[in-house]
Amino acid sequence: MPILEGQGVTKYFGGLAAVSKVDFAVDHGEIVGLIGPNGAGKTTLFNLISGTYPLSSGEVRFKGQKLNGLKPHRICRMGLSRTFQETKVFGNMPVLQNVLVGAFFGTPTHVSGADAAKEASRALEFVGLSAMAGYPIQDLTLVNQKRVEVARALATKPELLLLDELMAGLNPAEVSEAMGLVKRIRDRGITIFMVEHVMKAIMGVCGRIMVLHHGEKIAEGTCNEISCNKTVIDIYLGEETHAGS
Amino acid sequence: MIEALPRLIVTGIMDGTIYGLLAMGLTLQYGVCQVLNIAHGEFLMLAAMLTWTLSAAFGISPLLVVAIIGPLLFGLGFLLQTTLFKALKARAPSPPVFEGNALLVAFGLFYIISFVARISWGARDYVNTILTDRVSFLGASFTLNQMIACVIAVAIGVAVYLFLSRTRQGRAIRATAEDPATAGLMGVNTNMILAFSFGLGALLAAIVGIMMSWRNPISTYIGFNNTVIALVVVTLGGLGSVPGSFIAGILIGIVSRLVSGLWEPLLIVPVYYAILMVLLLVKPVGLLGKR
Amino acid sequence: MNIASFASAHKKLVTAGFILLVLIFLATLPLYGNDYYINLLTTILMYTILAVSWAMFSGATGYMSLATAAFFGVGIMAMAFLYGTLPFPVIVVIGGVLASALAFLIGLVTLRLKGIYFAIFTFGFVMFISQTAYYTDVNILGNAWGHELPLMDPGMLHYAMLGLTVMTLLTIYFIRRSRYGLALLSIGGSEEAAEHMGINTTMTKIVLFTISSVFMGAAGAIYAPALIHVEARIAFNVFNSFVPILMAIFGGMGQLYGPVVGAAVFGYLDRTLRVELQEYFMLAFGIILVAVILFLPNGIVGLLPTLQERLRRLTARLRKGGETEQHANT
Repeated sequence: MPILEGQGVTKYFGGLAAVSKVDFAVDHGEIVGLIGPNGAGKTTLFNLISGTYPLSSGEVRFKGQKLNGLKPHRICRMGLSRTFQETKVFGNMPVLQNVLVGAFFGTPTHVSGADAAKEASRALEFVGLSAMAGYPIQDLTLVNQKRVEVARALATKPELLLLDELMAGLNPAEVSEAMGLVKRIRDRGITIFMVEHVMKAIMGVCGRIMVLHHGEKIAEGTCNEISCNKTVIDIYLGEETHAGS
Repeated sequence: MIEALPRLIVTGIMDGTIYGLLAMGLTLQYGVCQVLNIAHGEFLMLAAMLTWTLSAAFGISPLLVVAIIGPLLFGLGFLLQTTLFKALKARAPSPPVFEGNALLVAFGLFYIISFVARISWGARDYVNTILTDRVSFLGASFTLNQMIACVIAVAIGVAVYLFLSRTRQGRAIRATAEDPATAGLMGVNTNMILAFSFGLGALLAAIVGIMMSWRNPISTYIGFNNTVIALVVVTLGGLGSVPGSFIAGILIGIVSRLVSGLWEPLLIVPVYYAILMVLLLVKPVGLLGKR
Repeated sequence: MNIASFASAHKKLVTAGFILLVLIFLATLPLYGNDYYINLLTTILMYTILAVSWAMFSGATGYMSLATAAFFGVGIMAMAFLYGTLPFPVIVVIGGVLASALAFLIGLVTLRLKGIYFAIFTFGFVMFISQTAYYTDVNILGNAWGHELPLMDPGMLHYAMLGLTVMTLLTIYFIRRSRYGLALLSIGGSEEAAEHMGINTTMTKIVLFTISSVFMGAAGAIYAPALIHVEARIAFNVFNSFVPILMAIFGGMGQLYGPVVGAAVFGYLDRTLRVELQEYFMLAFGIILVAVILFLPNGIVGLLPTLQERLRRLTARLRKGGETEQHANT
């Protein structure tokens, strides 16, 4: 049984379908990539999975349980955690406390103060930011703030992690580092579903890729299959000639 | 009791057109300027009191005072937006914070205006009614001032609606209400639009205030209750929807007459608040609102 | 070592010492103060509780509650009805419990609304309960002339209010350091992220709203005898919703003691001005409200860091003389 699956997932905003009849499945231990041009509905799909928005129709199942209608905090406690496209750190706290929030509240069972602190330190160390534990998070660079977000999500002890554009705004060296981090997370036994624009990262870490366009899934397959897929190439070439992204 | 029903409903509709006009002013101020103007009723009160002053002290006909009071209160609203609320907006870190602060500032204005008025005019009632002859209409008797006020309210209401939907200026106003940033980029002078809209809202309140002085005794206390009515109507019609507030005004007018005629006049005000609360829970965006 | 550097090195000691002094002063006041000053301080303490309780919720969540007058009024009316039939402390507790029940209900149904709708709702609720309570009291219960409360010993009232103030401040202090306080802080940082990290933000807000209302209700019950004559419309005066807000904003929402400062200043002004120059007081209130929101969004307390910084730079310049010109350009 896949750890995460969706059938006919659809979301309307007003009259516009941001996500339309998308089927997907993610198996345990995979790293699956989700790509597509801007506005394709990738973050919306993530928002539907994590419970930010209710589905207009369709079903999403995590570990066999229906997620429809559940609030985000419940979904988190079930073992599904995420990061955000626009970094949503807790700007009013130091770095360690940000991660502590995840450790305290993200697990299904009660955690003691000492255990939470330990878990938070461990998560912070995992992403390589132990040295910055006491700094106000506002003082960190965007790259590091993203890493704190990852640590925070990891502190909730997830089985599945949704990463939303983790590499956005990173230079090539930072991208390589982040790719390493993603692989290490998978090595810990956590399944990863990631939205990404940076092709090098997608090709480098993902086992499988899904492509969304105008809210619909238009292709799915291994990295090779996708990079040879004519429809996908057309979409991306089209985007490159238009935008200056 | 039941025979009174048609009469109550017709009277309610007539009252309602006035409420609708008042609410239109409030909804305009919120929709365009994001200010929930708790002091709205005070403009109504000022207009009513100035009507008395101008007609009793200077002998100007209460029918014509609008030529003086209208521009005056429009100007006051215009000024408040360009100075106070614009400065507030510039300093607010986010729109919800601005809305909250504007609400508090509006309450401050309520205290300032109503007590300046109280110091100027005192606390007593003034009677300045005109056109009190009764006229027979649809088998019941109404006063002339009631009917004329209703006609004027409808006329102005329709005029404002047409202005907003058909003219370029009106479209600019609606664009600014929906998306001020884009409107600005398209060449709309948003500062002017906001000031104009706020002034227009104040003008509508002033017109209602003048008409109210034709019908009822007035005092410096009448502002607040009318703000409440406007608030309920605006919430029912949808915060920011001009046609919505007019329709909602008529509904509220009917409800209030029914409550006072068939149940208990003293409970009209609690009923307003009860309606307000229920509305916010059931459909906060109101009948035609989009926010 | 001079006083200034000693103070900054032992900040906590100085703060604790200061608080202790204030407490001793307040606790011993009834022994040597006259009734007027005791009442004045009781009123200030009452406003402190309201301002601090309001800031506890509205400051943390960003939801502007205008329901303060409703919870306060419930406490007042509880005392008005029950005085003499039950021991004083019991009625105070009842006032707090009733207010919290009300707050819980309101929170349950409204805390999913957007901020402005929540504000309108709580405002409407105060007006509703004010009018309905008045109507019920006069027409259904027959108390056309309100309720008379016998004169209570000002000293006793003062101690009661002081005790409640200490309880309120301690509660806030402990909440802030608790796990629950961390949840609140994270909601303030990013409500969406907090929700996604496992925090039931709606319930957290409802609970906080309920807790804050307990103190408001209890304060109302304690304050009622000071009013002597109690009537529903006075008890539920919507002005009591706005005054604590002004106090909290004026004092400054960033720190716990901000609202305390605001309450002290305005409580004093209220008591001394309101009686003689009622209308001018309301006018002044309106002007100050507007001015504070416009010019002092961080309150008086928010000015402190700026003042401290200016003072530091000034003394540095004076001490270093000519050299400073180069260092000042950082």
